[in-house]
Amino acid sequence: MFKMTPNILRNMITDKATRLYPFETREPWTGVRGELGIDIEKCTFCGICALKCPTGCLSVDKKEGLWVCDPFVCVYCGICVESCPKKCLYQDLVYREPADEHEKIVMKGEPPRKKKEAES
Amino acid sequence: MEAQSISVKMDQLLGETAKLQVEGYTFVAVTGVEIDAETVELIYHFDRDLEMRHLRLSVQKGVRVPSITPVYLAAFLAENEVQDLFGVAFSGLAVDFKGTLYTENEMRGQSPFCRYTVVASENGEAAGAGDNSSENSSGEAS
Amino acid sequence: MKSTVIPIGPQHPVLPEPIHLKLTVVDEVISEVVPSLGFVHRGLEMLVDNRDYHQVVQVVERVCGICSMMHAMCYCQGIEEMMGVEVPPRAKYLRVIWSELHRMHSHLLWLGLFADSFGFESLFMQFWRIREKVLDIHEATTGNRVIVSVNTIGGVRKDLDDDQIEWIVSELKNVKREVRRLGPTLLDDYTVKKRTVGRGVLTSQQAIDLGTVGPTLRASGVARDMRQLGYAALGELDFEPVTEEAGDSWARCKVRFKEVLASIDIIRQAAEKTPGGEIAAKVKGAPPEGETVSRVEQPRGEVFYYIKSKGQKKLERLRIRTPTFANIPALLAILPGLYLSDVPVVVLSIDPCISCTER
Repeated sequence: MFKMTPNILRNMITDKATRLYPFETREPWTGVRGELGIDIEKCTFCGICALKCPTGCLSVDKKEGLWVCDPFVCVYCGICVESCPKKCLYQDLVYREPADEHEKIVMKGEPPRKKKEAES
Repeated sequence: MEAQSISVKMDQLLGETAKLQVEGYTFVAVTGVEIDAETVELIYHFDRDLEMRHLRLSVQKGVRVPSITPVYLAAFLAENEVQDLFGVAFSGLAVDFKGTLYTENEMRGQSPFCRYTVVASENGEAAGAGDNSSENSSGEAS
Repeated sequence: MKSTVIPIGPQHPVLPEPIHLKLTVVDEVISEVVPSLGFVHRGLEMLVDNRDYHQVVQVVERVCGICSMMHAMCYCQGIEEMMGVEVPPRAKYLRVIWSELHRMHSHLLWLGLFADSFGFESLFMQFWRIREKVLDIHEATTGNRVIVSVNTIGGVRKDLDDDQIEWIVSELKNVKREVRRLGPTLLDDYTVKKRTVGRGVLTSQQAIDLGTVGPTLRASGVARDMRQLGYAALGELDFEPVTEEAGDSWARCKVRFKEVLASIDIIRQAAEKTPGGEIAAKVKGAPPEGETVSRVEQPRGEVFYYIKSKGQKKLERLRIRTPTFANIPALLAILPGLYLSDVPVVVLSIDPCISCTER
């Protein structure tokens, strides 16, 4: 009948198993797949990330130099990060925060042909 | 998988499943595959001691298929699912949901997993044909 | 003696997921059961039409949250068999480690829900506190807590260093000590035994005839476990299927509790034997024309995949038969003859995962 009693006494003496969340947070582990970001300077707009994405949340426009991501459709699997040839995609260590409006992430950079014209 | 599958005709189906039950096979699943506008192939899967056997049956759309629930009662859920999603009607089902297991009342009569629908009338014969080409859900962006 | 029809509806405090049972009741004793599904049908099998066979791995993982890694493993094993891809041995051992961690977290979740169904909430919180340690191991090694997404065709996507493997084994020693402490509280309790022993008895002949799988079958005395097929390095590890004889709800609870301890042992063996080497083989081209069948033991039983390809990158047909789909006909045999108040506990004891059932 008193099988749970040692557990209860032990729980009264030792530290708490929970933390006061919004005021204390834990250090995130390395390698956590959080929010998606891009370093737009290095991007060559090849479109491989959009081709491999399983949900279709990325679209890349080579002529205009636009990279568009819909963070509400993305499932944060990390396949685009692995397949980018220039390694310009990265994932943060924190998850995407809740939002009250549906907004896409639009980044504009310089497409490669214009870079070549500028150099020559 | 080829080595363990046997093709049967509709009148041999119950006989073959009764033979498999006597030999000690348990029922695993029924798969429906749409071959073309007229035929659906049903594959029955059985298992004994980690070895599988399969029975293949080619069915014209709109024709009634005898159900194997007199032999294997556990098959009633799987056959109801095939009835809803592919529009194949079964005769002699032990527990018959008549098309309301997965789909709602408005969708009865259409078969969502097929690209070509054949509307079955009350006595099980084909009444007309329509085309449900699959709508494009989100896939790779070009 | 009039009979009444009572629905145990889709919304119920004890059920984790929506299933509808129509019970015909004569004076509080049940005489007939008709189950009904279809509340969370998403039509996942049709998503294969628009996607490459590599992208289907991410679709298949999301059929169920609790057994997600094993769905992906079963699909990858089927495609690898069709294409003749040789998976490196290190990837096989890593797959075994992650899938046994999944089995532990699913059984700990179920043990907590089972305790909650009698109203034993404090034990529910204790089991879920232990489960948090397993989820921390998931997050630290793969990057995500529940849908871990580590499988790919030809191997795995992330590697584990030796430090991480040692850390996993030492964390699991703590988990084993705590689970062993809580087990007798659930299993030897007088009230729990009064409500579960002798209720919902499934004899071994009924279980085999109705095609049940998993712990529901093993609690009736039939030692059938798909891990005996020896896929993915399980052929080189030493384990026995866990069985009980009685076939009632108490036996099903005891089987799952013993399986948690058996999984910790399998992970310890696999951690000692993991070889070095690559983690994934390169896969190019499309699967050849043909069809294949693949099976894996999930926490709830045997999952069955049928994959048909016509030689192109998009598959023709993918058919998934999940273990709860095979266990629901068993309710037709268990429930008649019980009192109405026994129904929630008995339905929870077959571990229903309805989102798997109606993908």
